[in-house]
Order: sequence, then structure tokens, then C-alpha cells
Amino acid sequence: MTPALRILSPGLSTTVQDFGRPGFQRLGVSVGGALDSVALRAANSLVGNPPNTGALEAVYIGPSFAVDATDVRLSFVGADAAIEILADADASHGEPVSPMRSVRVRRGQIIRVGSLRNASTLYIAVEGGFDIEPVLGSVSTDGRARMGGWQGRALMAGDVLPLRCATATTRDEYRIDDLDLAARSRFRAVAGPQSDYFSEAEIERFFAGKYIVGAGSNRMGMRLEGPPIRHSRGFNIVSDAIATGAIQIPGNGQPIVLLADRQTTGGYPKIATVISADLPAIGRLPIGSKISFEPTTLEEAAAARQQLCAALENIDDRLVRLAPPPATVGSRLLECNLISGVHDAAA
Amino acid sequence: MLDYRVLSAGDTALVVEFGNRIDRELSTAVLSLARGLDAERIAGIVETVPTFRSLMVHYEPLVLSASALTNLIHEQMQKLTTNEVVGHLWHLPVCYDPRFAIDLDEVANKTALSGSQIVERHSGPVYHVYMLGFLPGQAYMGEVPTELALDRLATPRTKIPAGSLAIAATMSCVFPLETPCGWHIIGRCPIPLWDSQRACSLLAPADRVLFVPVSAREYETLVTRAAQGVLKIEPVAEFAGAVA
Repeated sequence: MTPALRILSPGLSTTVQDFGRPGFQRLGVSVGGALDSVALRAANSLVGNPPNTGALEAVYIGPSFAVDATDVRLSFVGADAAIEILADADASHGEPVSPMRSVRVRRGQIIRVGSLRNASTLYIAVEGGFDIEPVLGSVSTDGRARMGGWQGRALMAGDVLPLRCATATTRDEYRIDDLDLAARSRFRAVAGPQSDYFSEAEIERFFAGKYIVGAGSNRMGMRLEGPPIRHSRGFNIVSDAIATGAIQIPGNGQPIVLLADRQTTGGYPKIATVISADLPAIGRLPIGSKISFEPTTLEEAAAARQQLCAALENIDDRLVRLAPPPATVGSRLLECNLISGVHDAAA
Repeated sequence: MLDYRVLSAGDTALVVEFGNRIDRELSTAVLSLARGLDAERIAGIVETVPTFRSLMVHYEPLVLSASALTNLIHEQMQKLTTNEVVGHLWHLPVCYDPRFAIDLDEVANKTALSGSQIVERHSGPVYHVYMLGFLPGQAYMGEVPTELALDRLATPRTKIPAGSLAIAATMSCVFPLETPCGWHIIGRCPIPLWDSQRACSLLAPADRVLFVPVSAREYETLVTRAAQGVLKIEPVAEFAGAVA
């Protein structure tokens, strides 16, 4: 039987995401990918996957799923959430699992993820990744184009996601330390590309403004509510290309920060652009958060990117081995037998 | 040489802007610059995205700084030749039958033209593909005859079928996928414009398109053949030169 995760309840909108599919924007293909690439990377690191392996991205309300494999190693990184492992579908209570760690889950057991707190996203990585054919080099779900991920859509109850590994490797579990995923309220942005559609006073107002992440926010864009920004020469521009993090000001003056699933092109003036190093942090911000922007320079942005990249390069250094759970003699013996079996087969 | 400005779009993209209007001369400059930069395979350039009047260059700032990239763009602009834009000419069948042209009456009301006059005028010009955007494989083709250039409907539709042909102000678009849409729909194209399995868009910026009216019966035949995977559409011609 194909090893798989079987979705019992999909949560609010759970999708498969990796780092997205750059390189095809000229064809109108969105880049997409994880809203919080730092958390995704950490989740993959915990289960020993390459950084760009596709994982589940849950938003606001997590999924429940059953393990249809001998066993799997999972990790959970991102929002605080009540995560439980239940013995089977009939169990009313399970063993709680803290986020920011890996865990081994056996056939028939059920993982139940509750509501997310303090962040909008939680990444659930599985050792070896999903056995999903990449589209344009990525397994990220593009819901608008209905491609990539699992059938080009968010997961539904009854979906069976095939896994690349039928069994978890025998190793210790890890947690990840010092990963700063705390909610931030200040985000750095560089002016442009259409800052000349706004007076200097309006640009100052924008950077001084306090905004709230509005309920209409989604993977495409974060709709902000706060002091409206007035255009000095209208709000219709000839459509041009969009960068992730672009802050566009539509007719009502309420800024929209364009996120991972943004379209490739659009027609509103963009007053400023959030720097790349701050995109994972803004991507994980939940609705209702209070935020503001601070102007920065390209030099500072490059330095911040360098710093983030260096930290991510060394993310494995933050893994801390967890004390192994007290194993029954039986399961220990079984593991040993499995190992010797592998050795024998290889010999 | 054309005036242009280089604008910052964050720390991983910049925009080379040639103006703020839809214009074939500007489009030629955009497409020529894209072609020039792409041909150089410059380390640090991730991708270029041509639009009506500007080119976005996505880059990796830890490999190529904004200032170094800006210098490369200036160099490229010095040797920009606008006669190297290469494209294909396509004849795209379109069925303007009222069962697909759900806004034909509305367009007739707004333009005081009859249905057949609308079809005749819309299928008259050879359209220039300015850019792709909004959906994979979705081309913005211009210009529609002035009398057909209509703004959005008062109430956008939450869903239109794949292949719908719209008037989008001065542009015409065929939507490759089912999508919400606020524009006037005047027909449907049976040719798949986007193949996500092969990452393949039929149309590319700089291509030219002539819409060829077909009957509902021909439309159905073409749809069937496309579904069977036996429909081959080839460009009518390849051309190189400035965007006329």
C-alpha cells in the first residue's frame, strides 16, 4: 500500500507549499510558495529534508489526518497550536505534542491540530516529503491557476497524500531552539516603485501610520486598515509587474501588502515595498495584528537579507536532540531487527 | 534613445520604466530590453517580466547589487536595437455565437453596433501581444477598435468559463482558465492557451494574433479535438522586426 497521510479534516485552508515557482512570471505564473519561508525551512530541517521540500501550510485552523504508513516523522513549526496524537479515530484524547520539534507517528495514529495562535501559519513537514509531481519545478499549490500541490487546491477531507518514505528513519527526535518567530509590528520597506504618485507628506503619513491587518487578507494580499493614503495623481496606472512585498494603494487609500500568491502584474500605484528579509515575518502575521512600516535603504535591505540567509544556512546548528522516550523492549527489538534486516539486505 | 527610468521595487526587483501609456513603441523597447538582458544570461538576474510600458527585473542582491544591475541596464540600453523583437503570428479561432458571447447585447447597446458589426470589427485587426499576466498564459492583446473599447461591467461575474474572450478597455483577452471577471465577454476560443503540465503558453509577448470567427459547430469540433489531444495549432508565420 502506498504510504500516505489521509486527511480527516482539512482545517481552514491547508495547502502544500515549498519555496514557490519563480522563473515563469513572464507567462503570468505566480511565484507562490510558503508565506513564512523561515518556518518552512525549520520544519524541513527538523525532519532532515532539503530546505525546499514541500510541506503542509495550515492557516488559522489546523488539519486532522491519519497515518497510512508504517510510521512517519513529522515536524511542526510556526504558530502556537494545540497538537495531539491520538491512538486511533475513536480516541477522544491524545498525547500533546509541542510545536518546534519532530515526532514519530505510527500507522493508524491520528494527528489533530487545533486553532493557531500568535501567527497565521503552521508548517507540518514530513520526512522524505510528499510523493507529488512538481509543476514548473515546484509542488506549491497555486489555487487561482489550479495547479501544483495536491490537485491544485487546498486539502479536503478524504484526500490521501502519498509519501516518499514508507517508514521513518531510525534516529532521535529534535527540537529547534532560538528561532525567532515572534509576532513583530515594525516592517522595513524601501520607497517605490510608484512613490512619485504620492506627495512627500503622504509618504510620511504612510510611514507614521498604524495599521491593522484586515479580515480580507489572504495568501495573495494583506489588506490593511488605518489612515488612508491619498494619491496625488490618481490611482490608475497602466498595469505593470509586481514584486512580493509591494504595498499598493488602491482607490480607497487602504494599503494592500502583496504576498506569496500575488498576481504577476497589477494596476495600482505601489508606494513602497517590504524588504525581502522581512517577508517571512509579515507572511505569518494574523488578522487583527497592529503593524507599521519604517523606511530603509537598499544597502540595509541587502545586509538584512545577508544576515537572514546566513542564519538559515546554519539552521541545522539550532537543532537540539531530545531525550528518547522510554521505549518498550518490544519496540526496541523491532527497531534493531529492522536495522539488521537492512544491513543484511545490503550485504 | 528612449527616455527611461530605473525604479526600485524592493531589494530583489527593479523596474525599467519607459512611460505611462500603452503604446507599441514603448512595448518594443520593453521587449527588446528583456530580450537583450535574457540573452546575456547575467548571473544574479532571476527573471525578467515585460509589461505594457516597463520591464521588471527580479534579481538576487547577494549576487548582483542594485547599482551593478542598474549599470548593466544602462549599458544594455546603449546598444538597444528595437528591430530584434521576434514573434509568431497566430490565427486564433473564436466563436462569437451569442451562447458564448454573453455580453454581445450589452456591447451592442453601448456601441450602437449590430452583433455582426461587432464581430467584423473585433476580428479585423492584427493584435499585438503586449504582455502576459493575471492568469498563466493570459495575453493582453491590443488594440481593439476604438468604438469597441469598453470599461468593466457594473457588476463583475464571479466565474466565467475557460476560453472566454473579453474586451478589456483597449485590450482583448482570452482567459485560459475559469476565473472571476469584470469585462465584457464577446466570444470563446476553443484553443487551450495554457498547458500547466508542460509549462507552456501558446502566446508570448511580441506575438501577433488574428481572431478568426468560427461557427458553433466548428467550435465544438475544435474543442473535441483539443480534448482528445489531437489539435495541433501552429503559428501562421514567424517574424522579426519592430512592433508595427
